[in-house]
Amino acid sequence: MLILKDVCKKFNPGTINEKQALTGVNLTLEEGDFVTLIGGNGAGKSTLLNCVAGVHTIDQGSIIIDGSDVTKLSEHRRAGSIGRVFQDPMMGTAANMGIEENLALAFRRGQNRNLKWGISHKEREQYKESLKQLDLGLENRLSAKVGLLSGGQRQALTLLMATLVRPKILLLDEHTAALDPKTAEKVLQLSDRYIREGNLTTLMVTHNMLNAIQYGNRLIMMHEGRIILDIKGEEKQQLTVEDLLKRFGQASGEVFANDRALLS
Amino acid sequence: MLQILMQILLSAISLGLLWAIMTIGVYITYRILDIADLSVEGSITMGAAIAATSIYHGMNPFAACALAVLGGMAAGLVTGLLHTKLKIPALLSGILTMIALYSVNLRIMGKANISLLRMETVYSKFETMGLDKTGAVILFGLLCVLGVIGTLYWFFGTEIGCGIRATGNNSQMARAQGINTNNMIILGLVVSNGLVALSGALIAQSQGFADIQMGIGSIVIGLASVIIGEVLFGKKNFFSRLIALALGALTYRIIIAAVLQMGMPANDLRMFTAITVAFALSLPVLKTYLVPFKKSMKGGM
Repeated sequence: MLILKDVCKKFNPGTINEKQALTGVNLTLEEGDFVTLIGGNGAGKSTLLNCVAGVHTIDQGSIIIDGSDVTKLSEHRRAGSIGRVFQDPMMGTAANMGIEENLALAFRRGQNRNLKWGISHKEREQYKESLKQLDLGLENRLSAKVGLLSGGQRQALTLLMATLVRPKILLLDEHTAALDPKTAEKVLQLSDRYIREGNLTTLMVTHNMLNAIQYGNRLIMMHEGRIILDIKGEEKQQLTVEDLLKRFGQASGEVFANDRALLS
Repeated sequence: MLQILMQILLSAISLGLLWAIMTIGVYITYRILDIADLSVEGSITMGAAIAATSIYHGMNPFAACALAVLGGMAAGLVTGLLHTKLKIPALLSGILTMIALYSVNLRIMGKANISLLRMETVYSKFETMGLDKTGAVILFGLLCVLGVIGTLYWFFGTEIGCGIRATGNNSQMARAQGINTNNMIILGLVVSNGLVALSGALIAQSQGFADIQMGIGSIVIGLASVIIGEVLFGKKNFFSRLIALALGALTYRIIIAAVLQMGMPANDLRMFTAITVAFALSLPVLKTYLVPFKKSMKGGM
């Protein structure tokens, strides 16, 4: 479903701040793969997601989604096949627009927009149903501005928007990191449900090792712009945090360092 | 005396209605796109210049207005391209277009001002119906404002209009939802400057001349009207917001007429407007300065 071939990305080339963020990343995701992506500070996790989404153009290599090469497509033209949820709850929604307006924007992802009315009555009913499943009472506040919602509510809404039109790839970039633990758990469970129900091919960055082990069918660890561990299937199910730290040490020759990593 | 005051009020209202169209144009860039677009200073004059020159050469005044709108839209397109394709900061793109338009407008008019005295204007038809000049401007101005409000209410409710609003609100989110944010910014600037040029065309015909200097300070007048409208007349939903903008432009004109009547020299007008806008824009910050003061007062007691 997603193929990355020898993807390289350098930031600020030729300056004192030059940084090789991705060094020849090769990765193939099968349809329905739910991959958790973990790594230390500056390992290149978010950069990898942003390269797939088209936020950054890559210096070398190619990115193929469902058989078509998107390497040279701009961010908005890839959006039709990609659903995204960001770390910052403010990032994924338009605060000054209503809940239904945000959903309507997401409903048209990947379609040509024209001078038809922005929301139809039929859609509105559909949104009500979808919002009911979030169990946050948002189905009665369709026209309320998104800026009035809490971080957790906004992140749940962003998740709904990302999956409203079935994405070929779902990118979750530490999407629970800014939430309080209880809300984070709820949003994570919701994500897991959507991913299972839709059999969505997913790449989820997390700083929580336990979550990385608990969720998904495959775990990838990055270090200094490379993939150093790729654990799947049976092996992944039996993984523990201690195993993971040990294997990180073996693969990188360093101690795992992430300011925000939760080891327990 | 009362009659004179009434006359002043009516003339302020007629001018306010024409400036309301400009105010709505400024609102599109300043609030919806979140860009302070200075090219409007040039495009309001451009609208006036195109309309005046065309009418002077015998064109139908309504066609002249349409031509003015096209001119303004072209100006917006240039600013949009400078900003999105050449990555020049929005403020600077607007300034560049504004400066360039000064020369363009001189080219259009061939001189610094054109008089429309005794020419047929868009208001002439209404004057033959028995209205006086001010009445004709108010009637036609009102029709234009209502037309613009209705059209924009529809436009910003469409898929493309929603795309423009999302772009101004959160461009990263907009791109993630497949919206071509560059095109949306360009389109917003085109619509905005088209409206501003229409306003310029109508103002020139109402005052009876187009002048190369008439755009100076217009962005500040537009901003003042936007802010007055929002503060005094609310911003509940999009429709009432558009109405509030028009009322804001009217109020601004009435305030100006009032201070002039009270004896403020006309030369100080722009200073007055600038101070008003600076004060209104800094209100949220000024409030935060006041809050700790209030708290310490309470604590002291």
